Amino acid sequence: MERLDHRARSDMYGLRINRAPSPLRAHSVPYVTIMLGSLLPVLFIADVMPLLPSLGFLLLLSWRMVRPGLLPLWAGAPLGAFDDLVSGQPFGSAIMLWSIAMIVIEMIETRFPWRGLWQDWLTVGGMAVTYWFAALLISGASLTPELLAVTLPQAVLSLLLYPLIARMVAGLDRFRLSRARRIN
Amino acid sequence: MAPPSSRRSGFSKKAQYSAFTGYLLAGAGVVLGLALLALSLWQPSAFAPVRGVASDVVAPVGTGGAVARSGSQGFLDNIAGYFRAGQQNAALRREVEIARIRLAEADAVTAENRRLKSLLGLKEGETKPVAMARLVGSTATSGRRHAYLSAGANNGVRLGMAVVSERGVVGRVLETGRNSARVLLLTDSESVLPVRRAKDNVIAFAEGRGDGLLRIRLVNLGVNPLKIGDMMVTSGAGGYYRPGVAVAVIAKITPDGGIARLVAEPSATNFVAVEPVFQPAAVAELGAQQAAPGAEPSASPSPTTAAPRSDAAGEE
Repeated sequence: MERLDHRARSDMYGLRINRAPSPLRAHSVPYVTIMLGSLLPVLFIADVMPLLPSLGFLLLLSWRMVRPGLLPLWAGAPLGAFDDLVSGQPFGSAIMLWSIAMIVIEMIETRFPWRGLWQDWLTVGGMAVTYWFAALLISGASLTPELLAVTLPQAVLSLLLYPLIARMVAGLDRFRLSRARRIN
Repeated sequence: MAPPSSRRSGFSKKAQYSAFTGYLLAGAGVVLGLALLALSLWQPSAFAPVRGVASDVVAPVGTGGAVARSGSQGFLDNIAGYFRAGQQNAALRREVEIARIRLAEADAVTAENRRLKSLLGLKEGETKPVAMARLVGSTATSGRRHAYLSAGANNGVRLGMAVVSERGVVGRVLETGRNSARVLLLTDSESVLPVRRAKDNVIAFAEGRGDGLLRIRLVNLGVNPLKIGDMMVTSGAGGYYRPGVAVAVIAKITPDGGIARLVAEPSATNFVAVEPVFQPAAVAELGAQQAAPGAEPSASPSPTTAAPRSDAAGEE
């Protein structure tokens, strides 16, 4: 059988016989990617204006949307604490806002249980823009018209990035569940 | 797509309890976050040690990024240089001619300055930088403009020290870790810096606007003497910065001063120097006078606004 087609006995997660997903990978990938999303913007020197939306927050929302139930409801607090350490926001802002976001998604999902790209995008987009404004309000910076003008691209980007990030998270999810462990 | 049925807890007591506990923990997270946020807005330096550890971890990674960044900037500059070589050559030649004349004039002024200073018996204090380091990162998602420095308390960097590049002032040290430090950039909307015009003694404050420009507010209001193109330098008032370091160039005139562009853009710098606090005694006295909660050195404009009036009067 394999001589005809080497993928004959495999599916999208790899070979099926005597293989199993690695538990370490299955449990750590969402957390590691969200934390990397918090760290990545730190490496840019932004002296004039914020350059990127909060990638960690967008990844958190995307993981929540792509795999409902994978992240526990309270996951926003520890991940937000890590984001606060490097993001420059006052400590506690992401702990609070990310926890609120997880609860709000849960409530939206209870009210509108159907799924689809447009609905997910609307949910995530609305929450990302609200988060952008709330984070700006509590950042400790004085909210001048100039500051609003230069941070507006950040809001637009966070609105537009969802489909891209959701595709990326779907790919990461395939990596997470790929059968990497060999059972003998 | 149909909703996943896994979220229905049904009659299972275990599923019901775990859903309830999830909500409870998430709610606790919100309350904890709110409390920590209130604490860190009230006492901005309360979490500095924890953040210091985090930035110590990030800084080595950022150093690689900083090397790549300065390398790629040079590469792009090289390419752009080929396209404009001819006219740039001519322009540069003209500039060099003028610069030679100015240099001769400056020599004369230096000589005169030395003579006058020796007459006054003033000793010229040489400031030696505490450390040379790279800017390895910044808060690119936040509304605040902070940068990370690849030198910390182990290298002698302390709170309030000035960070300058070869062109001019970049910012001030806000928090220190062991091998990294957090720098408040001049463009941050909470940054205030006492400045004066380079050619005379028009004193003003340079405040960050949050959009990469500085607002220059004159201390003595009346007829606005500023012109477009005027260079503003540090006045040394307040005691943090040594006087005479370039800060910004006026780009637009407003009724109470002007809008200025930075001279030393942090993203274009390669290495920066950390200089010791210019007059530690004055700063310590200010800190003792103030002794108020939330005494983050630059977050509140009040210490600097209080300082220059007395200091400037003493200096000039």
